[in-house]
Amino acid sequence: MTVVDPPEQSSGTAAVQGPSRFAAWRVGILASPAAPVYGALIGIFVIAWIVVTIKGGTFLTVPNIVNMLQRSVALGIVSAGQTMVILLGSLDLSVAWLISLASLVTATTMDGQESNVLPAILLVLALGVGFGLVNGLIITKLRVNAFIATLGTALIIQGIIQYQWNGPAGNVPTSFSQDLGYTRFGVIPMSFFLLVAVVVVIFFLLRSTRFGYRIYAVGGSEDVSKLSGLRTHRTIIGAHIVCSLTAVITGIFLAARLKAGTPTVGPDGGYDLESIAAVVLGGTALMGGRGGVVGTVGGVAILAVLDNAFNQLEFNAFLKDVVRGIIIIAAVAVYARRQEKQA
Amino acid sequence: MADQSSLLQMQGIRKSFVGVEVLHGVDLDLRTGEVHAIVGENGAGKSTLMKILAGVYSPDEGAIRIEGEEVSFTHPAQAQQVGVGIVYQEFNLLPDRNVAENVFVGREPLKRGLVDRRKMERETAALLEEVGESSFGPRTPVRWLSVAQQQVVEIIKARSLNARILVLDEPTAALAEHEVELLFTLVRRLQELGVGILYISHRLREVFQLSSRITVIKDGGVVKTLDTVDCDQRTLVNLMVGRELDGYFPPRGVAEDLGEVRLAAKGISTSLLRDVSLHVRAGEIVGLAGLQGSGRTELARAVFGADPVDSGTIEVEGKAVRFRTPRQAVRAGLGFITEDRKAEGLALGQSIADNMMLAVRTIIPAHKRRSMPGLMTVKELAEVTELRAQGPDQEVRFLSGGNQQKVVLAKWLETQPRILIFDEPTRGIDVGAKAGIHDLIRKLAKDGVAVLMISSELPELIGMSDRILVMHEGRLAGELPAGASEPEIMELATGSQEVAA
Repeated sequence: MTVVDPPEQSSGTAAVQGPSRFAAWRVGILASPAAPVYGALIGIFVIAWIVVTIKGGTFLTVPNIVNMLQRSVALGIVSAGQTMVILLGSLDLSVAWLISLASLVTATTMDGQESNVLPAILLVLALGVGFGLVNGLIITKLRVNAFIATLGTALIIQGIIQYQWNGPAGNVPTSFSQDLGYTRFGVIPMSFFLLVAVVVVIFFLLRSTRFGYRIYAVGGSEDVSKLSGLRTHRTIIGAHIVCSLTAVITGIFLAARLKAGTPTVGPDGGYDLESIAAVVLGGTALMGGRGGVVGTVGGVAILAVLDNAFNQLEFNAFLKDVVRGIIIIAAVAVYARRQEKQA
Repeated sequence: MADQSSLLQMQGIRKSFVGVEVLHGVDLDLRTGEVHAIVGENGAGKSTLMKILAGVYSPDEGAIRIEGEEVSFTHPAQAQQVGVGIVYQEFNLLPDRNVAENVFVGREPLKRGLVDRRKMERETAALLEEVGESSFGPRTPVRWLSVAQQQVVEIIKARSLNARILVLDEPTAALAEHEVELLFTLVRRLQELGVGILYISHRLREVFQLSSRITVIKDGGVVKTLDTVDCDQRTLVNLMVGRELDGYFPPRGVAEDLGEVRLAAKGISTSLLRDVSLHVRAGEIVGLAGLQGSGRTELARAVFGADPVDSGTIEVEGKAVRFRTPRQAVRAGLGFITEDRKAEGLALGQSIADNMMLAVRTIIPAHKRRSMPGLMTVKELAEVTELRAQGPDQEVRFLSGGNQQKVVLAKWLETQPRILIFDEPTRGIDVGAKAGIHDLIRKLAKDGVAVLMISSELPELIGMSDRILVMHEGRLAGELPAGASEPEIMELATGSQEVAA
């Protein structure tokens, strides 16, 4: 992550101290790619607040904020994973169907038995690793473009689901469903901590591990990375595994919420394109190499605020999509301009 | 062969691509602390040989020994581990990452399993200090750096790998004269540390200055390896091209060739230029000299409508114009052969024919092109520019640098320009093709084109220009007549004369 990176230009001189250091830090925040995302978020939040309040709705209330947080969890988790692969210059269109598959496998394996909870979670995580590995291998070893590769695996998973299940299936034990889906600490839902945990892990991966550095490198240029001695295939496969893992975690969470596995929970939520939109809205370059998960969180929040406002205003569903479309395009246009200025 | 100080031996290296053998059994050896120059025309196989050494390609046949031990690489990482560092002609840096991140890409230092950012930046700072670079720091994004600064990053990157064998592929191609000196100092320092350096360059003067031995490669084989003290420039050129090159440069224009003023700029100021005025006549080649960053390219871009102009006027054939986009400039009869042909001059993945037609197709509609006089076919363009290629459908990325440049030229010739701006027209181009391009530029001038030529290679600038303008820090520092000497130009370019005045 390049969020708070004070642009000190001194090679040997440690001249940046005191107030000037603080100034540099501030410039660092404003110059970070995530800055306009949060600017936009604040703007949209304020507008939504005013409009909803005028129309007699409730916006800045604890229940409503909690509602927004709750609704952000699923998209947030999968978008965090999507950030990894997009930073790499790849993307993953199979997450939506993988979420469905994960929810079904979770619910059917648990089958109402509390003793099955842990095996089910492990099985589903293994499933995530497996599909991530498959996506990564198809992209690297078969040299299939990520768009087509993950579209293909999405279709394959869809076929498996539709062959195997024709409606909600399985049974998530009430205790697990309550714990993950509905428990709150004070006003904060338990599931929100799951989101925070996933985001923190990915933030940490990107900022402080070699794996993260390599994701930025490969996303910046695969050729350069290769010539610098990087094993690019491992990085690509690794990132796809993390992405698929976030998808199956989302699937587990949704199974807990709904107490059962549902064949269409992923595609109905639009998690494939929605997660990509959140990442791009969060300032990550679709071509890779620049951005980060902090921006993505902002992107998810923007979508959640919009969603909440539209629902309260009882917006026409089509008009809702038009507005969302305009906002996404406008955001990316603004980022492109900023990028040009910095170059 | 295997004397004590032998650092690297490559024996009988053969390599074919899709059935065509490009290296026919090349032998090469490098001693500890030696600068071994490798010269040869583009397409001779130097780059392929170096990529084999770097582990990018594996040879079909032959052996590589490092300090007597046979090695084989399947990945560049393995070559790095045994101490082979390579600085490519095209830089391999990530623009969105900072200097430290680029230097340590793929091998970030760890502390308790995590990337040790501080150590990375500290070591980068130390490396920068060692080479005397203070204009940027470890945290500067590479996007912000100039070409010369980026090269420093490349070199410290190789140095941080403890490279015992360092390949420098055309290291000075992108540098201005004073930066070349800094590079030489750096090369000599590495030499003292016992690093063996394979130095690839088209600039023979540098080869003589730096190397102790020279290997000439031609058509995928070694012509000869000789001790530098035993040969002169002429012998070397003959070995390289296999023929006698008489004059490097075509004869200059005569007064009768000069026509009316085609291009006139008055008081041009932009964020990087201050009050620059110049004019170029039909039939004239005006050389534009200056150090890297003195504003030469910026001036060309401003004239061409690629960058905004804050104040000042530009006249084309006596008429005041204001180009807001390059398209308007092209329609008015300008052509701009850019410095970076791969990024700005060519669509690399497209065919020769498509590239040649790129500019003309966008400014003249198809139905008018059919009946327009003077338009050449792809075949005619290839003949005029003496292009060597497999055919019009060959993708441009497979051509050598010289032939790529000819495609760029052909693209502009097809628009029948009246003013051509060349920015480093022969950068990274071998001696034989260079002469061809020089001839072509002079021929264009003879045909009445007004030529503005930017070049960092002073012999080229002096040999070609009818008049030389020198820039310094965004201003025009002075004008010199044809045949000015290198010191005269450098004095103006470095601003030493201004100080004296």
